[in-house]
Amino acid sequence: MNNNFIIETKSLTKEYKRDEFRIMALHQASIQIEKGEFLALMGPSGSGKSTLLHLIAAIDRPSSGEVTVLGQNLQALSDKEIARWRNEHVGFVFQTFNLIPVLTARENVELPLLLTHLSKKERIDHAETALKLVGLGDRMGHYPRQLSGGQEQRVAIARAIVTDPALILADEPTGDLDSQSANEVLTILSKLNKEQNKTVVMVTHDPHAAKFASKIRHLEKGELLPKGVLPQV
Amino acid sequence: MAIPLSYNFRNLRVRKATTVMTALGIALTVAVLLGILAMVAGLKSALQSSGNPLQMIVVRKNSASELVSQVAREAISAIRFKEGIQKFPDGEPMVSAEIVTVMNLPRKNDPEGANVTIRGLSRSGVKMRPEIRMLSGRWFEPGQREVAVGKSVAARFVSASLDHSLHFGRGDWKIVGIFDAGKTAFDSEIWGDLNQIATDFNRSEIMSSALVRAVDPIALQALKTSMADDQRLYLEGKSETEYYAAQTSTARPVEFLGMFVAVIMAIGSSFAAMNTMYAAVARRAREIGTLRILGFSRGSILLSFVFESLLLSLLGGILGIVLVLPMNGLESGIGNSVTFSETGFDFRITPAIIVVGLSFATVMGILGGLLPARTAARADILAALREL
Ligand SMILES: Nc1ncnc2c1ncn2[C@@H]1O[C@H](COP(=O)(O)OP(=O)(O)OP(=O)(O)O)[C@@H](O)[C@H]1O
Ligand SMILES: [Mg+2]
Repeated sequence: MNNNFIIETKSLTKEYKRDEFRIMALHQASIQIEKGEFLALMGPSGSGKSTLLHLIAAIDRPSSGEVTVLGQNLQALSDKEIARWRNEHVGFVFQTFNLIPVLTARENVELPLLLTHLSKKERIDHAETALKLVGLGDRMGHYPRQLSGGQEQRVAIARAIVTDPALILADEPTGDLDSQSANEVLTILSKLNKEQNKTVVMVTHDPHAAKFASKIRHLEKGELLPKGVLPQV
Repeated sequence: MAIPLSYNFRNLRVRKATTVMTALGIALTVAVLLGILAMVAGLKSALQSSGNPLQMIVVRKNSASELVSQVAREAISAIRFKEGIQKFPDGEPMVSAEIVTVMNLPRKNDPEGANVTIRGLSRSGVKMRPEIRMLSGRWFEPGQREVAVGKSVAARFVSASLDHSLHFGRGDWKIVGIFDAGKTAFDSEIWGDLNQIATDFNRSEIMSSALVRAVDPIALQALKTSMADDQRLYLEGKSETEYYAAQTSTARPVEFLGMFVAVIMAIGSSFAAMNTMYAAVARRAREIGTLRILGFSRGSILLSFVFESLLLSLLGGILGIVLVLPMNGLESGIGNSVTFSETGFDFRITPAIIVVGLSFATVMGILGGLLPARTAARADILAALREL
């Protein structure tokens, strides 16, 4: 295996069976993503973008095929090991932010650190550093409902990077945002990619968002299209 | 490290209304249970502290209580000459012949009335119970239609106050004193002169019992044995403390019924807690999915929701304790199935009872929380995240 590949999938397939229905969410996808890449995954709705992202984050298990992330074959891990692994190596950003409403921005960002061995003081330091990085140093004590959508998503990014993971996975992070907030979020992701050498894989519908990425791959009907190939419209 | 507890506290606070309603249900359940326990504790304390360990009550063999016992006056005269009986300074043996009967008297706030024990005894019988203090007035005089009443009788029966008269037997009896028997069963009795009462109830020759004080515990034992062996007298001696302690069985049906009601209510409250927690789990599906993605294990999700349910029920438990606390020391009475009369007692909320209440709430919380928490822990991450 080439050590430059932070993510490598081989014939990754995910099939949903429901009664007689079989839905091929992802079919034989093989992709190699290099360390430090900012990859945009694009494609029509239902093409399997989220499915691929979930398999890379080990949120879901493939029907067949292999996925190796940071040199770790994910199939080999138990549920418990996967949870730990994800906490350490992957930051996940959702379209709908998914902050915990009863926790403040600082507490939300601190959450993943509760699974580490850091002291309370270190945890708060890390959380505050992450919030400052996304430009929310003045909103630490605010609850999600006191923040705008763009600010919520920045808190979610701070939460995703607070454990200093090598990999940031984002599923339509700008899908619920106005264009200005979207730009702020994309700028942050791009900065994290360039300045901190984080590998970013971002699912998006939006061609403008995809411009922030260094590479783009397209999916169609569960198939990962070859480099440079776009789906037929 | 687990999901922070503040997460649970704040979620309970956010859904204030459901939290309060569920906690109230649990509070009522705990209050019912504690009320019953406080009553039983109070009754036991009233009955168990009655009696002097050196004294015994002599009744006809196999009589459960003085009320159903018949002892001939001559038999009591025979006892007076037995060995080992303590004597008054004047040389008289400490043997008190007594008549015990019951009378229905109208109760304050209950015109149907309740049975009260009436005890006829001589002044030596009174002297043998030195722990009983006169609160007001004086003791009855021999040969007079006078009575003294225990303070729970005075508190709970109509016209059972000083200088009033009670009507029973062949006429009126003047209340000349109110005594304090230190929360023992005597507080629920009316005492009058033995011979006067014997006449009124046509019982000149048939007494109910005799109270006998031995010189020491060994003599007491010997007296009991000699009493049991004497086939001619056909009597038995029970130590006074044992005699009253045995009456705590009176509380058993109420205790049983109370426990039964409390358990039924507990099942209901557990379901209410379960319902609340299921709703919470459903409403927070996305949060659960998110926590899992952040790396929290199924176990920590389970723990978090069980803890939240526990918190909810402990809140209810504390509320329940606060509800029953004013009952502490409250006076009441219960029909005594051994003496066929009312025994007064105080509700006693002891620390042990509070611990029982909190444990009860804990069990309800854990039982109610377990299934919803399991649902939360088992949820598929992606399915949870798709929930609205
Ligand atoms: N749990 C599931 N059960 C059945 N089918 C599923 C499930 N999850 C996804 N699918 C199906 O798999 C296919 C790929 O879904 P996926 O979510 O990866 O698409 P997507 O590219 O992310 O689409 P979108 O842009 O709308 O988010 C779709 O046809 C979808 O209906
Ligand atoms: Mg998707």
